[in-house]
Amino acid sequence: MQDLEKYILRIADSTLIISHRLSEWCSKGPTLEEDIALANISLDLLGRANALLEYSAKINGNKTANDLAFRRDDREFYNFQLCEQENGHFGDTIIRQFLYDCFSLLFFQELSKSKDETLSAISIKSLKEIKYHLRHTHNWVIRLGDGTETSNQKIQESLNKIWKFTGEFFETDDVDKKIIENKIGVDNKKLKKDWDSLVDKVLTEAKLKKPEDKDMITGSKEGIHTGLLENILSEMQCLPRAYPDAKW
Amino acid sequence: MNKQATIWEVFIQSKNGLAHKHAGNVHAEDKEMALQNARDLYTRRNEGSCIWVVKSEHIVSSVPEDAESFFDPANDKVYRHPTFYKMPDGAKHI
Repeated sequence: MQDLEKYILRIADSTLIISHRLSEWCSKGPTLEEDIALANISLDLLGRANALLEYSAKINGNKTANDLAFRRDDREFYNFQLCEQENGHFGDTIIRQFLYDCFSLLFFQELSKSKDETLSAISIKSLKEIKYHLRHTHNWVIRLGDGTETSNQKIQESLNKIWKFTGEFFETDDVDKKIIENKIGVDNKKLKKDWDSLVDKVLTEAKLKKPEDKDMITGSKEGIHTGLLENILSEMQCLPRAYPDAKW
Repeated sequence: MNKQATIWEVFIQSKNGLAHKHAGNVHAEDKEMALQNARDLYTRRNEGSCIWVVKSEHIVSSVPEDAESFFDPANDKVYRHPTFYKMPDGAKHI
């Protein structure tokens, strides 16, 4: 696999998998309004994943975006393990999405300056969506954190539970380094400081305590995952795998 | 969210300069959430360029019993319609 193809695939996979997780809320949202809000965010992410998968497939030359989404096993997926974590209760989902949105904002801001025109164009389009997603999730974090004693306690637990998965946002390996040197990719390590202050600001307002960076989970760049990804894929891929020639 | 969530009326302006039109309503606990819910429910298909949300309780409505005294007196006053003079050809949006 070419470096650029892999680099794009990693971004696409995180987008696709967290989109799928959000789509699981459809018809189960706490209110009709929030149900639609979550589905809207999920669809934005799916659109972005599709654009990225198409680009990755184009570089590959022998695959389509559908092949990449539906004909790979979990060990061939490179999404952040944060994205595959279960929806849990509404606060769990909001915290997961909030942390990812903060990362996405900073990441795509940098990627929009890429020398690669397609990546830059996808980023510019995505940023408008991400700003709205973050507005929605950061408001919920504050409402739940600075809400009642119970809501504060519950979302603090959500935060503590998922924190160990945030370390993967800021990892870089040899593939990344080459893409960064070519001024196409983003140096994720450099995003950590801004991400911390973005997250800190909201957590303080929400009266939540930021957990420490310890025992952080790693491995997704090598296709290592929590068992949860397998469950997602078996649902997401079952139709195209059972009926390979099925068409819309 | 509890069952007592406030109801807000949603008004969407489809284009700059046009009046905001009533689109429907949403449940929300506060202004910001009402605005976001309205955005998510009523502007998904490019319907809007601006949104107003107003707490339903702040809207004062006439009641059906008022209809006769409110609206019937206008029935026989055709002179209130601007139909007794010619419109210049160039005039638009009237």
